[in-house]
Amino acid sequence: MTAPVSNPNHPKRAVHAFHGGIHPPEHKVDSNQTPIATSPLPPRLIMPLQQHLGKAAKPIVAVGDHVLKGQRIAEADGAISAHVHAPTSGTITAIEDRAIPHPSGLSDRCIEIRTDGEDRWIELEANEHYETLSVEEIRDKVRGAGIAGMGGAGFPTEIKMHPPQQDKVNTLIINAAECEPYITADDRLMRERADELVKGIEIMAYALQPGECLIGIEDNKPEAIEALKRAVGGTRIEVVVVPTKYPSGGEKQLIKLLTDKEVPSGRIPADIGIVCQNVGTAVAVFRAVRFGEPLISRITTLTGDQISRKGNVEVLLGTPIQWLLNQYGYQAGNPERIIVGGPMMGYALNDPDAPVVKTTNCLLAPSAEELPLAEPAQACIRCGLCAEACPAELLPQQLYWFARSQEHEKAEHHNLFDCIECGACSYVCPSAIPLVHYYRHAKSEIKQHRQEQEKSDRARIRFEARQERLEREKQEKEAKRKARAEAAAKAQAAKQAPAAPAKPVETAASAPAQNDPKQAAIEAALARKQSSNQEAEDPEALKTALDKAIAKLDKMLDALEQAKQDNPDQVEKLTRAVEKNQVRVNQARQNYERALASSNTQAANTTAKAPPEPKELPSREQLVTNLEKARAKLEKMSDALEQAQSEQPEQVEKLIRSVEKNRIRVEAAERALAEADKQEDVR
Amino acid sequence: MALLTLSSPHAKGSNRTSDLMRWVILACVPGLALQTYFFGWGNLHNVLWCACIALSCEAIVLKLRGRAPAFYLKDYSALVTAVLLGLALPPLAPWWISLVATTFAIVFAKHLYGGMGYNPFNPAMAGYALVLISFPVAMTTNWATPSSMLADGQLGLGDTLAVIWQQSPLPDGFSGATPLDVYKHEIAYKTEETVRAFAVFGEHFALGWEWVNVAFLLGGLVLLGLKIIPWQTPVAVLTGLAVPSLLLGSDADQYTPLSIHLLAGATMLGAFFIATDPVSSSTTPLGRLVYGFGIGLLTYIIRTWGGYPDAFAFAVLLMNFAAPLIDVYTQPRTYGFAGPKRGPKSRENQ
Ligand code: SF4
Ligand code: SF4
Repeated sequence: MTAPVSNPNHPKRAVHAFHGGIHPPEHKVDSNQTPIATSPLPPRLIMPLQQHLGKAAKPIVAVGDHVLKGQRIAEADGAISAHVHAPTSGTITAIEDRAIPHPSGLSDRCIEIRTDGEDRWIELEANEHYETLSVEEIRDKVRGAGIAGMGGAGFPTEIKMHPPQQDKVNTLIINAAECEPYITADDRLMRERADELVKGIEIMAYALQPGECLIGIEDNKPEAIEALKRAVGGTRIEVVVVPTKYPSGGEKQLIKLLTDKEVPSGRIPADIGIVCQNVGTAVAVFRAVRFGEPLISRITTLTGDQISRKGNVEVLLGTPIQWLLNQYGYQAGNPERIIVGGPMMGYALNDPDAPVVKTTNCLLAPSAEELPLAEPAQACIRCGLCAEACPAELLPQQLYWFARSQEHEKAEHHNLFDCIECGACSYVCPSAIPLVHYYRHAKSEIKQHRQEQEKSDRARIRFEARQERLEREKQEKEAKRKARAEAAAKAQAAKQAPAAPAKPVETAASAPAQNDPKQAAIEAALARKQSSNQEAEDPEALKTALDKAIAKLDKMLDALEQAKQDNPDQVEKLTRAVEKNQVRVNQARQNYERALASSNTQAANTTAKAPPEPKELPSREQLVTNLEKARAKLEKMSDALEQAQSEQPEQVEKLIRSVEKNRIRVEAAERALAEADKQEDVR
Repeated sequence: MALLTLSSPHAKGSNRTSDLMRWVILACVPGLALQTYFFGWGNLHNVLWCACIALSCEAIVLKLRGRAPAFYLKDYSALVTAVLLGLALPPLAPWWISLVATTFAIVFAKHLYGGMGYNPFNPAMAGYALVLISFPVAMTTNWATPSSMLADGQLGLGDTLAVIWQQSPLPDGFSGATPLDVYKHEIAYKTEETVRAFAVFGEHFALGWEWVNVAFLLGGLVLLGLKIIPWQTPVAVLTGLAVPSLLLGSDADQYTPLSIHLLAGATMLGAFFIATDPVSSSTTPLGRLVYGFGIGLLTYIIRTWGGYPDAFAFAVLLMNFAAPLIDVYTQPRTYGFAGPKRGPKSRENQ
């Protein structure tokens, strides 16, 4: 094997500890005693277009089409998205909104397939040796297979197979901790398909070239550890056994356990050279590269006392949950409760007709005895048990207080957004307070508030830009008029005193100052600076500064766009940074223009008698049309932006950027025109 | 409510506030038993009497506030307040002392501040401080004499009730000053040896009191073992008491020695059962160390230079004042941060 290179000198790796954590009853044996079964073929499958994090896929089939097993039925839309494939052969019967498994209980667009029972595969492209493929080809295959993180988050896997731009990946971590009670899908998968898992890891390592490659697994899965250790023999992959403690499988906690590093607040593991992948994802990567199989099924734990035949099943994506459970002896309890995921972080399903998707690792149908419904909450006695249990080392009792009293700023100050919603605090709270519920609520309120803030900020920026432009236009007209008048007077005077110095442009520059006292002050200050420091106003240097500022702004807007998708927590900060830079750009532009104007004046002064070499200048008409065109386009774009703001928020960033660019273009055109006019006047 | 049941986590551990409170009460039993053994029926009577008052007050106030008394009484918090008061008040104090202290604790210190979880002050100590200030004589002269000093044995139950309820005069010698009180006053013009010869100090440190304190210490250790109270508070309280005593007051010919500080008066009861009241204490791990240390230190200062023989109530109340501020400056470092955020609004100091 080629890829993962790790230090062979540590046969026993030190496992570090994370703060807090709890030991809820595991209930793993309920479902891990039997081999993985294969669920029967349901009469219809419902494939949501968004089973992953990011943008929903776009359907590429129509109602009535016949599709084969493994055929792509929806295309990824953009970089952060994933394809969707038909899990079996059949006919497309609908493309419409259906219930999807989501905490919100909302519906979303789905493709419905009536299965034809033949289960006929599309032709697949197998590949004996992944080493014969380029890294690019491997990533294409992973993306082509529509794989998204199967541990629960559903982030498109292909993206996590690009090493981060500058840094190397030091550590590839396979998250096999499976710390949630009840869930045993990874456990069984590792016991039964350890070889596929290891090959999948090798493939990922081939793409990422990490310094080391670790599998983190809790010590409550001895059989799986045994199987893994056998399978990694001869490779440099290391199996690291960590003590059983919830939530050791939390990405941040596992990273701490295995590497003693912490992911800085608001950042992602890649920022510290770590990539985490889930066990099921690695197996899916293997099957995609080796057999060309797209992701059309997954292993799901069926457990809880309302299900008589508990265990793990390999189930086709799109299988309706109610139908699936019925195959395994499900009896609706009273009240009926199906939890998607585990008891700590899972959510109760709103509509049992929702299908199994790429991230559905467990369906838990507990009886009221095994997981009693929430008791009425008592007052917080500030006992601090929650703080002791919190793996993020927060003060949950304080956060609860702030969330309740809507003191959002204080909640943020107490790092509300570093809460991973693991539920450890609620679990230990003696007063049975649904703490996580309060945090989620507060977080969404804050996010909403931020979005509104952002929206109004954008509107403000846009309004101010418009005001500024109108103002400038007015000033320019004024300046031009004055300049002409002066030029005329000068021409008049020149007849009598040919050597008299002319200062038309400077007058023009100070004219608008009277309109706005604030601006006047700035202008005055600048003028003072200008007179005391003539070299600093070199137009060339200022031009580079301006260009640099614009380039930086562009980069920032890029970063902002990406942050929108990857880590929304950063958006606010970035937006602020962008605004600041915007100001900087404007400042730079003003400086440049001023310098340009004064150098022109100087030129005019020195060449009062002999007019400058006529430059190859575009005609004034041409400039005016350019300007007009650019202005019209900007107007249109601004309108589009406004509309997007209300209708397609995800487009807004892009539009803002193009509006910004275009505004720069307009201004350039305006400048060119103004310059031309000045030259004209001087001549 | 329906929505809340849908929210994760769906699993719930076995901690219950009422269980924690029950354990606190249970852990007091050895101490109470020894108090009864050494000082007669007074404390047991007071515990029961305070419990009656506390539960009635709690029920009435809850009713007035429009809450369901049955639900809230079940948290046992009123009972804990009552038990602590019963243990702390002088055993032979007249019935109305307990009545005033308990009523004030429940109605004013607890419910007027918003009830369980909202009270900034430890209710039991607020009640205690009130009667200590208002009725200093009754609060200093009604400490029962240890049984072993009495030739005919301790007062019987009937006599105790008569003293408490009918204010029948106490026979001579059945009550007296506490060891802390005696040492503080006598040492001003005597040496350690002569002071220690007083009967109240017994053979070791403080007759009766020493064993009562040991019993409370053991009860407290049980609570620690069960993780019902945090270790930081009692450890810090005892340290706060020990440090000044060793640094400044190590001369037993001038100051009360540390052994008597630790084993006489309300020290162990205070360190393990009173200072650990979670509601009114600091809530961060580091904050609890500061909070506890403050209580220990203040106790020492008031005991040594103040006008009161014991000082736990005042020390606790003073630190209750400081607790919210302590919390602000003792936030733990959250995962993913270089250091802790300290202070009310240290803007984005990552
Ligand atoms: S565990 Fe519950 S009662 Fe205790 S401090 Fe936390 S929120 Fe309050
Ligand atoms: S849910 Fe949040 S506050 Fe509660 S323990 Fe987990 S990380 Fe801490």
